[in-house]
Amino acid sequence: MSKRKGKRRGRRRILTLHLPLLLIVCFALAPYLWTFITSLTPEEDLYLSEFRYFPANPTGTNYVRLFSRIDYGRNILDSLIVASCTMLLGLCITVPASYSFSRFRFKGRTALLAQFLVINMFPVVLLLVPLFILMRILGLMDTHLSLIIAYSTFTIPFSTWMLTGFFNAIPRELDEAAQIDGCNRFTTLLRVVLPVALPGISATGIYVFITAWNEFIYAAILTGSNVRTIPIALQNMIGEFKIAWGLLTAGGVVSAVPVIVLFFFIQRQLIHGMTAGAVKG
Amino acid sequence: MVAAKQNRSDLFPYLLLSPALLITILVIFYPILRTFTYSFMQYILWKPGEIRFIGLGNYQKALQDPVFWISFKNTLIWIVGVISLQLSLGFGTALLLNQNFFWRGIARSLVLIPWVTPSVITALMWRWMYDGNRGIINDLLVRLGILSSYFPWLASDKTALYAIILALMWQGFPFFAIMILAGLQAIPDTLYEAAEVDGASTWQKFTRITLPMLVPVLFTSLMLRIIWVANSLDIIYIMTGGGPGYATHTLPVYSYIRAYKGMDFGYASTIAVVLTLLVTLFVAMYLRRVLRMEDRGGV
Repeated sequence: MSKRKGKRRGRRRILTLHLPLLLIVCFALAPYLWTFITSLTPEEDLYLSEFRYFPANPTGTNYVRLFSRIDYGRNILDSLIVASCTMLLGLCITVPASYSFSRFRFKGRTALLAQFLVINMFPVVLLLVPLFILMRILGLMDTHLSLIIAYSTFTIPFSTWMLTGFFNAIPRELDEAAQIDGCNRFTTLLRVVLPVALPGISATGIYVFITAWNEFIYAAILTGSNVRTIPIALQNMIGEFKIAWGLLTAGGVVSAVPVIVLFFFIQRQLIHGMTAGAVKG
Repeated sequence: MVAAKQNRSDLFPYLLLSPALLITILVIFYPILRTFTYSFMQYILWKPGEIRFIGLGNYQKALQDPVFWISFKNTLIWIVGVISLQLSLGFGTALLLNQNFFWRGIARSLVLIPWVTPSVITALMWRWMYDGNRGIINDLLVRLGILSSYFPWLASDKTALYAIILALMWQGFPFFAIMILAGLQAIPDTLYEAAEVDGASTWQKFTRITLPMLVPVLFTSLMLRIIWVANSLDIIYIMTGGGPGYATHTLPVYSYIRAYKGMDFGYASTIAVVLTLLVTLFVAMYLRRVLRMEDRGGV
């Protein structure tokens, strides 16, 4: 290929590849950029008659007020408690279940596996009312436990499917070798298969953590004054007549950044687990 | 093989499954059953004396309830609007990302960011951008001369639903992009090489090789996404609360509002059941496919 031809091709690729993709990336990031800029703007400046794209004197006051005035630290703590417990409970329950689905062929296996897939697709509103009544009867309203229980309705089916996929990817010869070396079935799972599956398990766990951290609907109906997770705290800031956008955008940034950072750690594992089923066959 | 050695009546696999099953029955199956029974009852929380069985009463009420039909129509607009926008932008993004260039890795990661954005944050950011007084979207449109003055996108019943559809397109298009990209990468290069030898044009290669090879991925991701979008509730609820009027009521939003604001558990359950029956059609199609693949040892 001559050099000139290569150059012309490169120029064409700017129009057919680099420019459109750059526009898409900008579209994906623009709302964050605008939110971040707003969070650095003093509340008074948001209502100046002249529209400014960047504040004249950017400040961190919104972030300071977030923690000093509205106790955002406690909201973060509530969210942390709920999300970590949901994750731990979910993994303790779904790791053995998925191992069983992956390694054994037993009566009713397909039907059981299918039900985990199906229950993940039912609308939240189908479960909301009975769970609300159940929590009232059990006296669990407005506690961390009520959310941990409610979140297991979507984390257990999801993790079971993800983990079954990850276990399937581990060769069975590994289990056999362990049993020849004298492991029983429990120690095979604990000492041999679990360490190998750890990347998949942590990706699933982190994803469960993220979904619990983000959840709004159950939290709105099951908790209120005693336990208040971040999404509810943010929504409450809207509730008032005039919305304090500076404070609200600061709260949004504080809540979204850890999620995005966590996600980048598990990106590869998660995408692999998600797409593997869709692509094959 | 472990499986071959194993005895059919062996209880060990069931033992491993039992905690998951027990919890599922308690917090999913039992509640679903309750919702079905509530849907046949008059059950308003603050009228405990009047809780009783009324047969198909709530279903008859739904048929005659104009708000139910508005929500039904909005649900269809919502699904078709969101899915077609997400699919087109996602497909385009996947085709771009499937090429070789130096910033591909970083582009792929950045494009995923909307997809991991919490729904509450998505709703807040877009609500702020649509704001009728200080929204940047209004500012840009006025500056470009498209609008003469600021418009309250979320407060007008003509635009509110479409404004939210656009916000959900932003949040969901990366899902299609990633799924379709995976599909594109699974197409063997030899197919394209053979087509090139036969003198096929770029367009022919796209319609004769790329599209047919993508059918499985497109089907799976469409089903998953339709189900998810039909059920989605938090973004609409936070952006408009179902308003103005009933302009952004979809079935899940209507059910939620009846349960949460009206404490009318019977009627809310009825709407939830109707929604579930609609979604079940797509779930059944999806399930058939996935189970067939699982049988072949895939997933």
